[in-house]
Amino acid sequence: MSWLLFSAVFWVAALWVNIRLANSAYHETRAVRLAVPTIFGITVLVVWEGLVRGLQVPPVILPPPSAVAAKFATSLPILWEDFVQTFVKGALSGYVLGCGSAVLVAIAIDRSEFLQRGLLPVGNFIAALPIIGTAPIMVMWFGFDWQSKAAVVVAMVFFPMLVNTVQGLAASEAMQRDLMKTYSASYWQTLLKLRLPAAMPFIFNGLKISTTLALIGAIVAEFFGSPIRGMGFRISTEVGRLALDMVWAEIAVAAIAGSVFYGAVALVERGVTFWHPSQRG
Amino acid sequence: MKSVLPILTVVAAIIALWYGAAVWLNSKWVYDQAARAGVEVSFTEVVKQTMNQERPKLPAPHQVAAELWKTTVEKKITSKRSLVFHGWITLSATLLGFAIGTGLGILLAVGIVHNRAMEMSVMPWAIASQTIPIIAIAPMIIVVLNSVGIQGLLPKAIISAYLSFFPVVVGMVKGLRSPQVMLLDQMKTWNASRAQIFWKLRLPASMPYLFASLKVGIAASLVGAIVGELPTGAIRGLGARLLSGSYYGQTVQIWAALMAAAILAAALVGIVGLIQRITLRRMGMAQ
Repeated sequence: MSWLLFSAVFWVAALWVNIRLANSAYHETRAVRLAVPTIFGITVLVVWEGLVRGLQVPPVILPPPSAVAAKFATSLPILWEDFVQTFVKGALSGYVLGCGSAVLVAIAIDRSEFLQRGLLPVGNFIAALPIIGTAPIMVMWFGFDWQSKAAVVVAMVFFPMLVNTVQGLAASEAMQRDLMKTYSASYWQTLLKLRLPAAMPFIFNGLKISTTLALIGAIVAEFFGSPIRGMGFRISTEVGRLALDMVWAEIAVAAIAGSVFYGAVALVERGVTFWHPSQRG
Repeated sequence: MKSVLPILTVVAAIIALWYGAAVWLNSKWVYDQAARAGVEVSFTEVVKQTMNQERPKLPAPHQVAAELWKTTVEKKITSKRSLVFHGWITLSATLLGFAIGTGLGILLAVGIVHNRAMEMSVMPWAIASQTIPIIAIAPMIIVVLNSVGIQGLLPKAIISAYLSFFPVVVGMVKGLRSPQVMLLDQMKTWNASRAQIFWKLRLPASMPYLFASLKVGIAASLVGAIVGELPTGAIRGLGARLLSGSYYGQTVQIWAALMAAAILAAALVGIVGLIQRITLRRMGMAQ
């Protein structure tokens, strides 16, 4: 009972602080902008902990965050092994292969307006399909290990990336291309010095979308068969054993990996497209 | 209309590549069989045999089409072998989840736009949630809800709902914020109340953004429903067809289920697109 009371009091107090902060004169400052969502996140954790303890929810339904944190801390080697298997080997290699080949294909079809007019709608169409369903096929073709996961990731990121790159290559303005012509720049010079840099905001948009897709592909593909390590494998087997604290720890790893991956790409984007209006000011 | 010929060319090229890959991937089995039987096979014979294997590495397009035809039109829709039956299981979970996720998403977006404390607390998390693979929670939701006695449609719908929820929140907040300052000032000069501003300016202005996120959301819902069918041990639904196909090496079945899922996704996104075009045209916003 005291746990329930505590979490209710904490919730009301945090709510009050957040409302005061958000409506104060300082709501535009960086510190407050960081503090408010942090307080909200902490409140969710505290209320979760309080409710689970107060209502005595069995740990096979919802473990308290403290149990998850304890499990996380004690099983670091396993989590690291799964992370390497799924993220570094599966997702990252597939991401590099898929995005790289999509950019190359986009440049290859760049000179043919006919192919672009055909590939763009088809690519857009395929990008909306549940490509994740190819996972069982890839597992059959490339075996249980990370190669099949990388193949699923390639299939998932290829078309969003292709569509974005083709759109990006068309983003430079006619006036700019004319200027390159007056400099008597060749096709490749125009491509490298004008059109590819101008395409960068689009390419990075594709790269950012693909970070999430890559992780989803690598994790879900493991549900269809994997060696005895990997984040998807661990989640599905520990769920079967009702060891939910381990599942939540694995989900925490996936969340951290996903947001760090996205953040890293966004950081590179800031360096590369520093000239773009969305990055200035 | 100009694009019809290029699109057809690309589609034809994809089908040609598919046939080529089918011959290439399946020929090994034919050669192995021939070597075991001690006979030579000519190339035309090989091509013929790669087209009609029972369990090919890559079924040829016409095999998949035949399987689709057989399992949708020729089977009774109540049969457990009918893809219409499995497709409906998946579709109902998708639609229910999509409705829940979209409804809650719009509600939260309305709250965020009108309440600064809510915006500052929730919005960063909603945006961050787009960078993490939330689908990883799917098996847990299925199993946990199963252990408290909830099974069938609802757990899958919950997964679909939370996958479509976040794109709708983010898009709808953007949309409700899209009216320019001048338009908002105009409403103020007319002495419009907050509710009036919302119904007459913000909500109509948000429609293009809403539909863009609905398209993303419904595709995500379908993926959620399919993935939600995996941990239950492959009983019903398109995801179950995929999984049981991969257990028993039934490649034709996998490809047929995959095609059915693709057709379903295309139809759902197409319907949302159609509603979008009609709505925007009636609102005078059609491009």
